[in-house]
Amino acid sequence: MIEISHVNKWYSPTFQVLTDCTTNVTKGEVVVVCGPSGSGKSTLIKCVNALEPFQSGDILVDGTKVNDPKTDLPKLRSRVGMVFQHFELFPHLKIIDNLCLAQEKVLGRGHDKAQAKGMQLLERVGLKEQAQKFPAQLSGGQQQRVAIARALAMDPIVMLFDEPTSALDPEMVSEVLDVMVDLAREGMTMMVVTHEMGFARKVANRVIFMDRGEIVEDAAKDDFFGKPRSDRAQKFLSKILSH
Amino acid sequence: MLGNLDFDVIRRALPYLFYEGMTFTLTLTFLAALGGLIFGTALALMRLSGFKILGRIAGIYVDFMRSLPLVLVIFWFYFLVPYIGQWVTGASRPISVGAFTSSLVTFIMFEAAYFSEIMRAGIQSISRGQPAAASALGLTYAQSMRYVVLPQAFRNMLPVLITQTIVLFQDTSLVYVLSITDFLGAASKVAQRDGRLVEMYLFAAVVYFTISCIASYGVRRLQARIAIIR
Repeated sequence: MIEISHVNKWYSPTFQVLTDCTTNVTKGEVVVVCGPSGSGKSTLIKCVNALEPFQSGDILVDGTKVNDPKTDLPKLRSRVGMVFQHFELFPHLKIIDNLCLAQEKVLGRGHDKAQAKGMQLLERVGLKEQAQKFPAQLSGGQQQRVAIARALAMDPIVMLFDEPTSALDPEMVSEVLDVMVDLAREGMTMMVVTHEMGFARKVANRVIFMDRGEIVEDAAKDDFFGKPRSDRAQKFLSKILSH
Repeated sequence: MLGNLDFDVIRRALPYLFYEGMTFTLTLTFLAALGGLIFGTALALMRLSGFKILGRIAGIYVDFMRSLPLVLVIFWFYFLVPYIGQWVTGASRPISVGAFTSSLVTFIMFEAAYFSEIMRAGIQSISRGQPAAASALGLTYAQSMRYVVLPQAFRNMLPVLITQTIVLFQDTSLVYVLSITDFLGAASKVAQRDGRLVEMYLFAAVVYFTISCIASYGVRRLQARIAIIR
């Protein structure tokens, strides 16, 4: 579904953020990407739907080459759902209109059909009553659930999550993770940048550990948590699991 | 001193002052603000686009317009437009352009320079995540601007845009150099005709002051409301 091969990215000639990153996500798989801050996890996931350009290597999503100038990027992105750290709901639109905008303007769905789909997804994330409110009237956890619903409204073939819970108050983390766990169990293909190791343990198939722009470890979940091969992954794990 | 004043001249001139003068002033203000906003937004988008040449052209235009006194532009444009029109259409003689059209075009072009800076600040005030989220949903650059960025930029900048429009409202009085009957022009004509300069100019000042003050008060109310929504 997602094939990342030998991706390199520089912010400046002397500052390399991604170094020879190679991995893949197959259909129905849930891959968690973790690592210390500044390790390039978010940058890598943003390369997948071309929100960040990269200088060499290839990324294919469902057989379409992301870094090909001839690729119809808006069309590709409409099939790849993305959830951001800071939600990025559109503050000038009501919740329901946040869900309908891209359905109508990108997929060309009729207004009624888009509304119906939007309400169905809001119900699914437990926020049907909030449809007529504005984003600022919702809590962080609620906003992030809306953001997930907004991405799902496009019927994506894969979902990308960029630290979906790190901007949330602790008591709101679980309501968002619950939605993500359900999604994973339904067989959605997911690539998730997160520090939530509980989530990784519960639903991930594989865990990728990044450090200084490199993929240091790319292992099945049990192998990763059981006995990480690299020192750096071991140190990272012991630090975040120690309390 | 006030005993010599005849305020009844104002009452008698009211229909003329408002039906002719104020109607012209308000129409010019409204159309110039609308046109200036549209043209100004286009300039702002040019400046923020990735294309260096477009950005340079818009930048030079804005700097140029802001470096000239408005009166000069109005005057200059009035005499130049017929010749530009001739050149564009290939007519054999300078085309005739009414004073209204000429002044409207002038104000649109002049105000666009100011509105473009306001809209540029407005667009830059939107976090980078917003267009990124729009792109991630599959919206094109144009769609993301139209449905996500510009509505927010416009709303954030509405108080400043209206304040600039109040300045424009006052500036429209400068069309007197073209002998147009705007509100001040009408007051001036009555003043000259009846020899009541003090009364008429006092009255004109009161009217401009009142309208601008009410509009400014409206802006403050609006600012408070926008702050709550955000």
